[in-house]
Amino acid sequence: MSNYDLIVLGSGPGGYVAAIRAAQLGLNVAIVERENLGGICLNWGCIPTKALLRSAEIYHYMQHAGDYGLTAANISADIDAVVKRSRGVAKQLNQGVTHLMKKNKITVHMGDGKLTAPGKLTVTNDGKTEELTAKNIIIATGARARDLPKAKADGKRIWTYRHAMVPTEMPTKLLVIGSGAIGIEFASFYNDMGAKVTVVEMMDRIVPVEDADVSAFLEKALKKQGMDIRTSARVGSVTSSETNVTVEIKAKDGSVTTEEFSHVIVAIGILPNVENIGLEDLGIEPDKRFHIKTDPMGRTNVPGIWAIGDVTAPPWLAHKASHEGVIAAEAIAGGNPHAMDPMNIPGCTYCHPQVASVGLTEAKAKEAGYDVKVGNFPFLGNGKAIALGEAEGFIKTVFDAKTGELLGAHMVGAEVTELIQGYTIGKTAELVEADFMHTVFPHPTLSEMMHESVLGAYGKMLHM
Amino acid sequence: MSIELKMPALSPTMEEGTLARWLVKEGDRVSSGDLLAEIETDKATMEFEAVDEGIVTQILVAEGTDGVKVGAVIAMIQGEDEEAAPSNAAAPVQSLPPVAAEKVVPSAQAVAPTALAPRPQAAAASPAPSQSNDRVKASPLAKRIAVNKGLDLTAVAGTGPNGRIVKADVDALSGEGRSPVAAPASNAGLRAEAPVAKPAAINTDIPHEVVKLSNMRKTIARRLTESKQQVPHIYLTVDVRLDALLKLRGELNASLESRGIKLSVNDMLIKALALTLIEVPACNVSFAGENMLQYSRADISVAVSVPTGLITPIVTDAASKSLSKISTEVAELAARAKDGKLQPHEYQGGTASISNMGMMGIKQFDAVINPPQAMILAVGAGEKRPYIVDDALAIAAVMSVTGSFDHRAIDGADGAMFMKVFKELVEKPLGLVT
Repeated sequence: MSNYDLIVLGSGPGGYVAAIRAAQLGLNVAIVERENLGGICLNWGCIPTKALLRSAEIYHYMQHAGDYGLTAANISADIDAVVKRSRGVAKQLNQGVTHLMKKNKITVHMGDGKLTAPGKLTVTNDGKTEELTAKNIIIATGARARDLPKAKADGKRIWTYRHAMVPTEMPTKLLVIGSGAIGIEFASFYNDMGAKVTVVEMMDRIVPVEDADVSAFLEKALKKQGMDIRTSARVGSVTSSETNVTVEIKAKDGSVTTEEFSHVIVAIGILPNVENIGLEDLGIEPDKRFHIKTDPMGRTNVPGIWAIGDVTAPPWLAHKASHEGVIAAEAIAGGNPHAMDPMNIPGCTYCHPQVASVGLTEAKAKEAGYDVKVGNFPFLGNGKAIALGEAEGFIKTVFDAKTGELLGAHMVGAEVTELIQGYTIGKTAELVEADFMHTVFPHPTLSEMMHESVLGAYGKMLHM
Repeated sequence: MSIELKMPALSPTMEEGTLARWLVKEGDRVSSGDLLAEIETDKATMEFEAVDEGIVTQILVAEGTDGVKVGAVIAMIQGEDEEAAPSNAAAPVQSLPPVAAEKVVPSAQAVAPTALAPRPQAAAASPAPSQSNDRVKASPLAKRIAVNKGLDLTAVAGTGPNGRIVKADVDALSGEGRSPVAAPASNAGLRAEAPVAKPAAINTDIPHEVVKLSNMRKTIARRLTESKQQVPHIYLTVDVRLDALLKLRGELNASLESRGIKLSVNDMLIKALALTLIEVPACNVSFAGENMLQYSRADISVAVSVPTGLITPIVTDAASKSLSKISTEVAELAARAKDGKLQPHEYQGGTASISNMGMMGIKQFDAVINPPQAMILAVGAGEKRPYIVDDALAIAAVMSVTGSFDHRAIDGADGAMFMKVFKELVEKPLGLVT
């Protein structure tokens, strides 16, 4: 039996970061992982999809070489080679985490972890069970894709993100169910790679958590790229055979069509991994969606047991998990960390064009009773965007008219995922419109649009 | 003719000082002998008198500025003989408000470069902020909100990184939640009134030392002043016999010894207070202006004395917790309170408080309500007293307990019922363990 100050169950971006921070603070830490160090993010999520999308992006540029005065002949895509590159990237980062664990003297226990009592946890691997004890345990088991109730993903014709990341063949006619970040990213990838893609979304607009203007713009852009998008639509029966999938789709107007696809990607949300890890026996409380309830520091209702990341409340994002990991580790080590404000957690979607946002949408801000000032600056007015040949998109900012607080920022267009942190820093530091206006933005960059958007909210836009 | 008003040397050794408070504002007419400002040295706060006559045209050093060198120009006075005076003197009232408004929002000047032209000449000269909020460590947004609402940030304890005052702190000060809809129920509708006026500086020859107030001390000062000024207190005192409770405690502690738990009388009184609040819900309330919040859970704030002052960690839902749980929780919270490691949610909130000075031998006292709570129980020392038992003089362990109630929310009869139920519960204490 090994005894630790802290055991982290799950080594995703929440768990491994919590372990590193706790080790830095002098705690004796163990981490338990059933599959791959780095969790979904590194191995099956954020990182390998970015590698895939990069290939799609370059392929897209090659096809449009003429726009830049260049010629490229005999362009083709080799999906196996693209996937191989993506796996190579994941492997490199997985080894990076292994190295970080070693460097921070964190003991790694591979196997299935289960809480047996406060401070006690068993790890089972190959039928052998080992008991570990610790003063504190952090649950960071993450989440998994939700299945359709009647058509479970089998990896042959019906895929989750996980199958979609390592396709054995290139889909010819693909249906993506759900237009959240995961659904839209795969739709964008396969569309760029040459598949005929249809997206079905239950809500009245795609990327429904984003600002309505972003949804409308993105829908138009994706349709222009040849994507078939059906909003306010529902999927009925899904029947797969050896060669295809037959799907009933109920459109907005109520008409039902039966359509055939080569493959279906199910991206209708996630379920927390709360089963078989001993939560019920310890009386750990779930919320309405079965995620674990915690206080702002990550404490569950059972003393000594903490939870972070996707297994807890939304947003379910890797960077939120990592930040929660740091907060929980510091609280466990006796520090006095600052709670995270969910309004200051940015979100990024790597479709083409990209989407990035932080804070309240215009509609949510108004719903919350704010009197708002809104700025919106198009990529068309930005020199760098035009030089890049990416003059598609906009940056929108929403301010509280009374106080000048930046309530939200919403962007769609090239590289906006790299821009959003500027506003996130500003929001976190509670800067007001004057501070953004006073900031000198470098020319020529896309970031100048961030400046213009703020100026625009106050009627002072310069370049439009 | 303009006269420069310079930082005075108020003692032979003074090299620099703090401009604590301006007693005049721009546009005021002053004559010789008028008090202009309060200057703080390392030893004392002193008043600064005018020597010249004229109109204060510009204040160059903001209130609260530390380290102002002796001889530095702190304000400008326009001499009375000046020909230009009429334009200023004729309409000082009309021209002043916009100037003042510009200056309290220093960033507004920056925001509106185009607005520079039409600005009155007096304002254009000086970028020096004249508002004390610019000297405190606060986020730009927190300062902006404070200025909008006329709140004074100097007494606010910041909860942001490195003690920075952030929006949440200012919202808490003005009784608002983080956004118009997300206001936590316990704060809804509760608005703090204008900031508490600062007491006049004390000018004394008695040998003394000036001790800078800690943020906790400032918060205590502000909250207690608010409570005593705004909450009409009524005090109801009962004597409670403790023999049965002490006996029960002895028995419980004997059986809990193996678990390393030792119940204190206070742990048992916390439970009794919580159970009484549930039984007399009319006293488990918050007065919230237009309406009243009636709590269905009793969260007890327990007054804990710490080196820097006093803090009240909370035992949440104490009515449904076992005595042993309350005991371990209180011990743990108190220990962390003494280390200054409580999280804000662990001491902010609560539906009623308990303050026990029995261990100091205090026989009886009246405690100040901790708003938005509507009651606090002040517990005196349990002591052997002559007591009438069955019409005969006997000796009994007795303590005096005083409840302070917010009379806006709680009627005397409800308060009295509360004290009666509490007394019965303590005198027949099996109710605490069932």
